Amino acid sequence: MMSAAITTRPPTAPVPHAPAAGGTRRRSRVRTRLELALLLIPALLLFTGFVLVPIGVAAYYSLFSWNGFGPLTDFVGLDNYVDAFSGDVFQGAIGHNLIIATLSVVVQLPLSIGLALLLNRKLRGRTFLRMVVFAPYVLSEAVTAVIWLLMLQPGGFIDEILRAIGLGGLVQLWLADSSIVLYTLFVVITWKYIGFGVILLLAGLQGVPPELREAAALDGASAWQTTRHVVLPLLGPTIRIWVFLSVIGSLQLFDLVWIMTLGGPANASSTMATYLVDHGFKRYEFGFGSAVAVILFIICFVFALFYQRFALRRDTAGAMTGVR
Amino acid sequence: MARRNMVGYLAAFAVIGMTVVPLLFVILGGFRTTAQINTAPAGLPGPFVWDNYAEVATSPQFWRLLGNSALIAVIATTLAVVLGSMAAFALSRYAFKGREAFYTLFTLGLLFPLGVATLPLYLWLRQLGLLENPLGVAIPEAAFSLPVTIVILRPFMHAIPNELEDAALLDGAAKLGFFWRILLPLSRPALITVSVLAFVTSWNFYLLPLLVFSDSTNFTLPLGVAMFQSEHTQDTAKVLAFTALSMIPALTFFVLAERRMVGGLTGSVKG
Repeated sequence: MMSAAITTRPPTAPVPHAPAAGGTRRRSRVRTRLELALLLIPALLLFTGFVLVPIGVAAYYSLFSWNGFGPLTDFVGLDNYVDAFSGDVFQGAIGHNLIIATLSVVVQLPLSIGLALLLNRKLRGRTFLRMVVFAPYVLSEAVTAVIWLLMLQPGGFIDEILRAIGLGGLVQLWLADSSIVLYTLFVVITWKYIGFGVILLLAGLQGVPPELREAAALDGASAWQTTRHVVLPLLGPTIRIWVFLSVIGSLQLFDLVWIMTLGGPANASSTMATYLVDHGFKRYEFGFGSAVAVILFIICFVFALFYQRFALRRDTAGAMTGVR
Repeated sequence: MARRNMVGYLAAFAVIGMTVVPLLFVILGGFRTTAQINTAPAGLPGPFVWDNYAEVATSPQFWRLLGNSALIAVIATTLAVVLGSMAAFALSRYAFKGREAFYTLFTLGLLFPLGVATLPLYLWLRQLGLLENPLGVAIPEAAFSLPVTIVILRPFMHAIPNELEDAALLDGAAKLGFFWRILLPLSRPALITVSVLAFVTSWNFYLLPLLVFSDSTNFTLPLGVAMFQSEHTQDTAKVLAFTALSMIPALTFFVLAERRMVGGLTGSVKG
């Protein structure tokens, strides 16, 4: 294996030495520079060109009134931002994102923890159960949206089932009633994403040493006490990561909403992202759309920074400050 | 103990029901006719009808969508994993000034989800002439997969013992030779994890292709499913068959990669 490595070395390369070996030191430093450039520059170019530049460019476009064609001449300063924030529809969209984010944490987190604890037990068919719970997560949001769109049709599958079990009184216009639509969507989101939380927490539970549970049991703790005071605290890092991912995901919610309701009826289920596509893209208000994109970005960024600072700090201290 | 397990099995049963029923609704619905579905939305196929599946499976549209999705996902995954592993190698096994700054720059990318940047990306791609081009979707997807690729690979590569590197260098291998012949093969578990993540992300992505492609012959599977649904609102059975068939690749992939995904997530949570 080593000899193969030698023969593949370009013939012009200097004779390799340990970096500290006298005369070749400078040459090997140049070589190291070249290697670093070769290794890092492609990734940097890709990352800068398609992640950083577009966001920077958006910040610039957002200062103009622009239909996406021709030169940028109509400089409007921060008017786009003022317009966005003063509009009822966008305010509503932010509110919807916040409701979904809050519901996710309040409803999905306990549900995920419960399921993870359940699936961590020695039940028969546990492996199968885990796969089943995780299955919806691998489907695209588009497929999920189409499935539920069909099931939720008036007089469709869901209504029929509810009537069959004597709950016909609960039947609603799930997607057409503006006071319900957001919660209907939340149920669909939960169906799709609960598996992710469960798998994440199951992974976290594997890190809880069984000795700790046994010790707690020996000390006379009940199953509930052991879970509450031993297991949950140890799941802390996993839970905090999940909350982070869940909130960020809720803030950017798009696919499901766009396919199921287009943000309707009457903007009752619009999110910041559907508003962005609706105004920026469909109505050719690219300057305004860019402003909305920047706002969405800043909201995510500020949340991430605060969360990082106050909640994740302990967990990622090692990961973010780097390996040594 | 026995009673606790009873409760467990009951809960498990409920969970399976909630998860599986919608999937069964789609799969079984594809075997019915639209008339059957309209008269009894929650009924079972009777008699079984194969026409819907047969029609979808023999339509060029379905296979074209599948091919487009596969092409884009393969390009995006390859780009992200090749460039990401090179960068992770540089950031984990070289000591140089600014290393942590570079790393932080990439980790910042974790905060820029693709959804947020889509509108500006669209304008940028238009300027580059990449609209209606599979690369216009694959390249940005790769760029946005880089951060998570690097964040997972770097600690993994760092954990490979220095003695191996010293031995290789003493035996006359170049540093890049060590990367190619020793480090990459040893990093295979992590490489598989990041590949799966990049592939699934690309496979399921909806918003960017929605903006980049307006010609439906370029559409990817998620776009196609949504389009098929809106074009065939009167033919529920066929939409169900189409949706069911379009679930197969993701579900198959998931069954094959399930263990990897769980393992990879474990790794990423532990940083």
